Amino acid sequence: MQPDLAFRDRERAAGIVARIREIAGRLGRDIRIMEVCGTHTVSLRRHGIHSLLPRTVRLVSGPGCPVCVTPSGFVANALRLIEKRGVTVATFGDMVKVPDPEGRSLSSYLGSGRVRIVYSPLELLELAEEVPGPTVFLGIGFETTIPAIASVFERARQQGIRELYLYSAFKTVPRALRALVTDPECAIDGFLLPGHVSVVIGLDPYRFLAGEFGLPGVVGGFEPVDMLGAILGILSQLESGVSAIENAYPRAVRDDGNPAARAVVNRTLVESDAVWRGLGRIDGSGLRLREEYADMDAGRVFSLPEVVDRDPPGCLCGRVIQGKVTPPECPLFGRRCTPDRPVGPCMVSSEGTCAAYLKYREESA
Amino acid sequence: MNGHEHDLITLEHGSGGALSRELVEQIVYPCFHGEAYPELADSTRFTLTGTVCMTTDSYTVDPPFFPGGDIGRLAVHGTCNDLAVAGAVPRFLSLGLIVEEGFAVADLSRLLRSVSSAAEEADVAVVTGDTKVVPRGKGGGIYINTAGIGEFRAHPALSAASIEEGDAVLVSGPIGAHGIAVMAAREKLRVGSAVQSDCAPLLPLCTSLVAFGNELRFMRDATRGGVAAVLNEAISGREIGMEIAEELLPVDATVQSVADILGLSPLEIANEGVLVAVVSNRIAQEAVSSLRANAIGRRAAVVGRIVGGGGHSGSVVLETAVGGRRIVDLPRGLLLPRIC
Repeated sequence: MQPDLAFRDRERAAGIVARIREIAGRLGRDIRIMEVCGTHTVSLRRHGIHSLLPRTVRLVSGPGCPVCVTPSGFVANALRLIEKRGVTVATFGDMVKVPDPEGRSLSSYLGSGRVRIVYSPLELLELAEEVPGPTVFLGIGFETTIPAIASVFERARQQGIRELYLYSAFKTVPRALRALVTDPECAIDGFLLPGHVSVVIGLDPYRFLAGEFGLPGVVGGFEPVDMLGAILGILSQLESGVSAIENAYPRAVRDDGNPAARAVVNRTLVESDAVWRGLGRIDGSGLRLREEYADMDAGRVFSLPEVVDRDPPGCLCGRVIQGKVTPPECPLFGRRCTPDRPVGPCMVSSEGTCAAYLKYREESA
Repeated sequence: MNGHEHDLITLEHGSGGALSRELVEQIVYPCFHGEAYPELADSTRFTLTGTVCMTTDSYTVDPPFFPGGDIGRLAVHGTCNDLAVAGAVPRFLSLGLIVEEGFAVADLSRLLRSVSSAAEEADVAVVTGDTKVVPRGKGGGIYINTAGIGEFRAHPALSAASIEEGDAVLVSGPIGAHGIAVMAAREKLRVGSAVQSDCAPLLPLCTSLVAFGNELRFMRDATRGGVAAVLNEAISGREIGMEIAEELLPVDATVQSVADILGLSPLEIANEGVLVAVVSNRIAQEAVSSLRANAIGRRAAVVGRIVGGGGHSGSVVLETAVGGRRIVDLPRGLLLPRIC
């Protein structure tokens, strides 16, 4: 296994940067590009891409970190499952540090065995057998993560595994993008579209951005040359005045995505409304278990109340997710809110916008 | 050890009674037989000359056996390396074992043989020890504490305080291997299973740098927190900054790939056989050559330099492979594989 260093090549990067600078100079105005995906946020900052771009080209982070867009009320319900319903909660690691509206988190139950961290959804099958009583998996994530989880629940049903439940906070990216661009305050000139999500959904679900809103969107990979290439693509479209959805990550993304992965999702899950942190309720932007799987749906089986979205006082995560403020503009950033003691979710996940901004700080100008 | 292959450690092994004695006499002593200090006595006399350095470190690595090493080898080299980078030649070690009830006697025996061979490799004597047993569920299999004593041989000003603008920053070899090897073993990650821990004695590397007298400013082994933590420590609280270049950092391709997949930076991953040093720029290339004369220093390199305070006093600035610039901070939080 060798990293493909061609996508970290300094000469290639310098060539693209030069062209970005030329076009940005000719455009002669401020350009705001949203990178939707949390992995892009981290990679852009880790490679110091900001420092290579002209000052007029600004990158803003979008709602693409699964932990960050999960409302605090979802955590409150997860705690309710443990405390009031006597279940064991299984989750990906990042979720355990996310505070609920009262500042409590799942981490206080880590030692008790009532919260179990899994790295792969496949572990759920063994875990459900091992844990006495019900096990509820906190389903967070986007189109990237959802197919693997869906296939595990499909398999659990086939294998007759009992007392394994899904509490879904799944989100789908295109609906959130529509909500962002229909917001009158939206000041985004183009989208660096997520590479991993697009591997599954392909290009079609994004076409409305160009078609209805005249906004460029380019799917990019995660290496420096990939990301710079996608940024160049967006600027070229802005200069030409013709917007389209382009695939600048063809070595991983097919224009029609991965139909087999989508089929697994469609067999087990169905579109639902979802509450996003910062963005509120977005129609049809979530996925819940189909009727045939209703007996595995933790929200129904354990009669959980509706999820509310309420940020802790002073926390600007909601506005960060919408690209309306950058993390350093939040008064809590790096002071009261750090990865060791996070106030909001964007500081919790390693892919959270605030955590990435703090970890990969820019030199002060 | 014969007849103990399938035995498990019990609470009675730590009781101080007959079974404790049997454990020490049959399992522990044989591993240290033939040294100048034949019995692991409660206390031992020895003679030292000049200034002495002392250190202690506790080892809790999970799992206790991992590709390229184990907790026994780590407990010897980790402590000896702390002495070596302080400018001392390690001489004596203590060995404290805290074993969880139910730990396999055969595994304990294997770890002790590993301690013994690592001590031989590091030319250090294990002169005293202690064994305790904690109830099942109250410990992580086995914990080891070692304290080390060494004789100081470097120039007295060896410290971060003597680092000056213009000095060169050196790294002795490929970074990130230990942390990836342990994480891959713990999480059973197939992607990282080819990576071996770099756990090794650093004394030979330190000795070759100590020879440069006060042209050597500062040395550290880049363990927890990785190279990033050491670089920050070197200039912390000073009116100087540091600039390093990603393309100069030695990283094995497999380690880089696994780190990329897990969303980790090799700069932040623990090492157990990597030395970071700051030397005067005048002797930097010579210092690299002398590091390269050692097997584990073959890929030693100058990776950066100390700059005046100016814009970024106390900050480590990285020039990324594609020419971007960002600050390398102290690592925060636990290194967990990302979730998507």
